[in-house]
Amino acid sequence: MKLRRRQRERLSLWLQYLAFVAIIAVVIFAADWGRLSEAFFRVDIIESMFPTIITVALRNTILYTLGAFAFGLVFGTVLALMRLSRVAPYRWVATAYIELFRGLPALLVLFLVGYGIPIAFPEREIPGGVFGSIAIGLGLTAAAYMAETIRAGIQAVPKGQMEAARTLGMSHFTAMRTIVIPQAFRIVIPPLTNELILLTKDSSLAYVLGVTAQTIEVTKFGRDTLNDRVNATPLLVAGLTYLIITLPLSQVVRRLELRYAKAR
Amino acid sequence: MTTPQTQPAVEIRDLHKSFGSLEVLKGIDFEVGHGEVVCVIGPSGSGKSTLLRCVNLLEEPTAGKIWVNGTEMTDPDVEIDSVRRGIGMVFQSFNLFPHLTVLDNLTIAQRRVLRRGRAEAERIARGNLERVGLTDKADAFPAQLSGGQQQRAAIARSLSMDPKLMLFDEPTSALDPELVGDVLTVMRQLAEDGMTMLVVTHEMAFARDVADRVVFMDGGVVVEQGPPQEVLGAPRHERTRSFLSRVLDPTHVAQLGQPDQSAESPEPPRLPADDRHNL
Repeated sequence: MKLRRRQRERLSLWLQYLAFVAIIAVVIFAADWGRLSEAFFRVDIIESMFPTIITVALRNTILYTLGAFAFGLVFGTVLALMRLSRVAPYRWVATAYIELFRGLPALLVLFLVGYGIPIAFPEREIPGGVFGSIAIGLGLTAAAYMAETIRAGIQAVPKGQMEAARTLGMSHFTAMRTIVIPQAFRIVIPPLTNELILLTKDSSLAYVLGVTAQTIEVTKFGRDTLNDRVNATPLLVAGLTYLIITLPLSQVVRRLELRYAKAR
Repeated sequence: MTTPQTQPAVEIRDLHKSFGSLEVLKGIDFEVGHGEVVCVIGPSGSGKSTLLRCVNLLEEPTAGKIWVNGTEMTDPDVEIDSVRRGIGMVFQSFNLFPHLTVLDNLTIAQRRVLRRGRAEAERIARGNLERVGLTDKADAFPAQLSGGQQQRAAIARSLSMDPKLMLFDEPTSALDPELVGDVLTVMRQLAEDGMTMLVVTHEMAFARDVADRVVFMDGGVVVEQGPPQEVLGAPRHERTRSFLSRVLDPTHVAQLGQPDQSAESPEPPRLPADDRHNL
């Protein structure tokens, strides 16, 4: 029997739906739901984690992330401007820094800040304790990535913008600050958000600095609870908690992009 | 009208400009008097835009001297930002600041460079928007304007700095034909108000009607210059005649690459009554 094109397409579509439903059915019936929910979904453990996971752990995760992002953004912008500078040594230093810190694991840099510096300068303290160490430790690495993103953003602003600003009598610095950089940041919002999401997850490295009950963040809190209760439920809760941050973030960025689309 | 002074508004002496091994300007001499409107015409690649960009030092001349309102621009120690305040420039691609509203486009340099207060800057900006017919567009973003409106906003932005000299770099070349007229009307009004203007353009009707003097450039040199009725109406040089016949009658190809030399038309084609869209 010869099928017509539309019949063939409809048949193919139905077959795919059928295959999908079949796979789901197999998973549902084959899985051992009793043991899975015992290991990953103990309601009493979930209840015991609230509200601390929100009021302390999530709060700290957000604080560490924002601290590292702010540090990285400011320092990354400085590095980007140095890379574009007319002063050759600035360019060399910035390039060397970026190449170096992009090549080092974030964990190693965090160790350096958290332990290396206190060993070298025992009489000094990094301001902000764990918060300061993690903001600087993760920010140093993030700055290297952000610098390259921001540099690309600055170079993506058409040359005519700088020329028009200079023609109006602005100095190079004023033109950069009021005309070029604001436009560059609109261009780099999506890649910088990506960086923010990466930092959110990297903030879990804070545990290597030896956090306390007050400075604990989401992953460490999940692991500690796991150790207490010998049950995997806390990991599921911790994982979902990260989505509380990252999913709205994507939404906010979509809004920002729409708003700036008008002004482009 | 500006009062005549001893120094011309623009004075250019033996100006050379090379990009690498390519010599674009090969010794340019000319002046623009106060209140004078000078149109620079010529084929593409003749160096006319480069000449204009040398006047406010967007391009660094390789050799030669330029004075603007008595200040030597080519002096290595010139305070370039302060001299540029007196020189407005209008670009082919408008170059409005897309992240700012039209009003902010007009006030930002007034406030940052001239240190005017917000109220004063906005008053001056709105006055200039009225001058170019964009009173109702103050709060719009550049992307919401047509090309012609953007270019008029760009002219108003330059005027807000109270320039003594305005440079126009092919201000209508990026516009749809039906939008060219509004921009040219604004420029004509500016000329009638006595502004000193140096205009690189392909709008022959504008050059004929508004310019005090037309400069024809080709191959990096000034071939001829004079009143528009002479340069456009009775050009002395073969290169000028050939250029004009190609611009004013682009579909008439006598012989490929050869100027029209037929016996019955030794004169270049007469300017049509309105050749505004003849490009």
